[in-house]
Amino acid sequence: MSVQIEIFLQTLIAGLLLGGLYALIGIGMTLIMGVMKIINLAHGELMMVAMYIAYWLFVLFHIDPYVSVLIATPVMFFMGVAIQKYLINPVMKVESILPENQVILTVGIGMVLSNMATIFFTSDYRSTPVDYASNAFYLSDYWRDSPIELSLSIPWTVSFILAVIITVSLWFFLTKTDTGKSIRATAQDKDAALMMGVNVERMRVVTFGLGAALVGAAGCLFIPIYYLYPALGGKFTLIAFVITILGGLGSTIGAIIGGLILGIFESMTATYVGMGWAPVGRFVIFIAALIFLPGGVAAILRRHKLGK
Amino acid sequence: MKKWLPYIITGLLALLPLIGLSTYMMHILILVIMWTVIGMAWNLLGGYCGQVSFGHAAFFGIGAYTAGILYFKTGLSAWWGIPLSIFFVSVASLLIGYVTLRLRGPFFALGTLAIGEVCRVTAENLRDFTQGTLGIMLKERTWIDKTWYYYIILGIAVFTFISIRKIINSKLGYYFVAIREDQDAAESLGINTTLYKTIALILSGVFTGLAGAFYMNYMGYIDPEIVFALHDISIITIMVVMVGGVATFWGPVVGAVIMVLLAEMIRSIPRLGVAHQTMFGILLILIIIFLPNGIVGDFSKIRKFFRFGRAG
Amino acid sequence: MALLEVQNVSRFFGGLAAVNDVSFGVNKGEIVGLIGPNGAGKTTLFNVINGFYRPSKGEVIFKGERISGLKPHKICKKGIARTFQVVKPLQRMTVLENVMASAFVRARSRKEAEDAALELLEFTGLIDDRDLVSKGLPLGKRKRLEIARALATGPELLMLDESFAGLNPTELNESIRIIRQIKERGITILIIEHHMKVIMSISDRIVVLNYGEKIAEGPPDEIGRNPQVIEAYLGEAHNA
Repeated sequence: MSVQIEIFLQTLIAGLLLGGLYALIGIGMTLIMGVMKIINLAHGELMMVAMYIAYWLFVLFHIDPYVSVLIATPVMFFMGVAIQKYLINPVMKVESILPENQVILTVGIGMVLSNMATIFFTSDYRSTPVDYASNAFYLSDYWRDSPIELSLSIPWTVSFILAVIITVSLWFFLTKTDTGKSIRATAQDKDAALMMGVNVERMRVVTFGLGAALVGAAGCLFIPIYYLYPALGGKFTLIAFVITILGGLGSTIGAIIGGLILGIFESMTATYVGMGWAPVGRFVIFIAALIFLPGGVAAILRRHKLGK
Repeated sequence: MKKWLPYIITGLLALLPLIGLSTYMMHILILVIMWTVIGMAWNLLGGYCGQVSFGHAAFFGIGAYTAGILYFKTGLSAWWGIPLSIFFVSVASLLIGYVTLRLRGPFFALGTLAIGEVCRVTAENLRDFTQGTLGIMLKERTWIDKTWYYYIILGIAVFTFISIRKIINSKLGYYFVAIREDQDAAESLGINTTLYKTIALILSGVFTGLAGAFYMNYMGYIDPEIVFALHDISIITIMVVMVGGVATFWGPVVGAVIMVLLAEMIRSIPRLGVAHQTMFGILLILIIIFLPNGIVGDFSKIRKFFRFGRAG
Repeated sequence: MALLEVQNVSRFFGGLAAVNDVSFGVNKGEIVGLIGPNGAGKTTLFNVINGFYRPSKGEVIFKGERISGLKPHKICKKGIARTFQVVKPLQRMTVLENVMASAFVRARSRKEAEDAALELLEFTGLIDDRDLVSKGLPLGKRKRLEIARALATGPELLMLDESFAGLNPTELNESIRIIRQIKERGITILIIEHHMKVIMSISDRIVVLNYGEKIAEGPPDEIGRNPQVIEAYLGEAHNA
């Protein structure tokens, strides 16, 4: 019996830690979605790029991935700015039959990024041999008589804590600074923001940069604990999208809760159903959210007047 | 002249194998025609009804697996998969529509994308049924020669072309375009938008599924990575239509010719082959920025550009 | 018995009442004007009658049958058609195709739909523009196209949402003529309008909304003298 509880709790912890990182990915996506009303289908690919940056910084210069957050995040910000400024903004002005053109455009960007990564870095799986990779806290070290044994992987925990710190700083940025407020105004009502003198086009550029930076940071946090390969981008784009649907389109709080739910659910599926089915679990939750929870977690929060 | 164009083209295509083309040329032609079918099917839903699907691999794969599983489990000829796929793909489309059609615009696009991935992962994991990643292989192909395959896919293409043309010029076509242009207005004008979007999805799915069932017979091997592929099926489908021309009859034909030739060309150049997705990605970006309505849709733009070039 | 009965209809958005306990009837053959300052809930009321919104309270009865809760396309088939304040022509379709798309709701064949559409384009004076893509039409013609399109569904009740706003005097007279002729065809009209002169001259009866509530109802001359109505409008002028 205690083994059962042990497995369950261990799975829950793993899910929670994964969920925290997922949330960071989801927030970037939902921010872009809120301001631009478009889905960035190159989101995971941007994360992949950041991961390669962190990987090579480690291999070539022995820079710790957690330090690379400070390098890769600004790089991704400017990459996001460039994509929005030179590719997406022009397309938003072009008249065409299908408004989904912008989304298809990001697919094109994603294809180029992941293919380039394959060409330059081959499609091999790489892992980053940080020396603390398999360190962990054990419950029995702190509580000798504990009836159950739990472990807490150190890199997972550090990544999770950094993800929380980044999320909190983002929250401060969005609520306390002028640029942050302008971004939120643009997301809520573009026309009203325009009338208030907000430079909407600039906000779009900044937001895309910010979204890219956030997912870039998430990429660096994943480096010590995850494999790296070029096709990983597509997988994480889907994860980001599932989180946003689950959380409610454009809702930051929703993305956090959605990320946690998905992380825990995936971890549970992997433990109790089988490793190969984890992706199916992801989609089951996605479809269930579409059918039973239109508007996502954000809609429930709104109904109970908790969030905006 | 314009009225007779489809007949002339069909006639010429029907005569083509008689001039003794190489096996490779026949293969290319078969691929072009198959992609034309998939492109026309996508165009019905995406171009005319405005519901952009990122998951047409789902229909293609279900069609292919209908033929494959039928052969593998019952030992019947995989060709029976072509008629049977109509039934199975319709049922699947109905379910897919139920889930995804409540989403609008880009969210529908992403919903279908997820469905395509669900299909792939499910096929990989339902090993008893699909052999998982091992895939399904026909022990022997029906013909060594490609001529009959060519005529079968040509038949499917002609059938698809005529059906879609009929549909677009009927009440259904008017409803589809009305839904694309403004769903709320369409609904208030008495159009049951949910019903007609579902019809568009099923029709589009069935034509795509036919191509999938054909693919199983023609290639003799399928696995989930191939037939449920996001980039190599779903995205290429969109590209065929985008490059050719959204909501035009000839767009998918033009798009299929260009995409298949381009893919073969890139693949045949040594060292460039690995970069084919980069090439496709850049092509997609360029098309969206400069020819958002495709070669057929923006033909006047292209002509103007060249005339301008000559004058200036 | 009234053709359309709005009974104690309320519609809330997040606790705020956009329409609050509104009741009125529209008799067969009438033109009823629905007026009120901006944000009075007129368009919301249209959206409730037309089925885009479910009423939070109350119900809508059409020809003795409860229609609230039905989907818009069902309500349209029962005989209620509408136009939109922000014109929503199907942009990339030609004028003729626009009207045909809605004529198909009743027509059994393509020919029938085309004939019906052509007749309506003749009626609304758009026949010469039939092959133009509707995106390029000037506002006045787009508004008439909306009317033609709504008529093509064969309604008994036509709801017009500000079909005169932004028109020049010539277009205005043309539209008024068309509306009178629609009435002669036996179609009942419920109309939202800001243009006071127009609404006073064509309406048989007027219903006034303010802050989501009905504040007056009666023949035009009586409404014009109603102090509450005058105050509501003056208030708006002050606030603006």
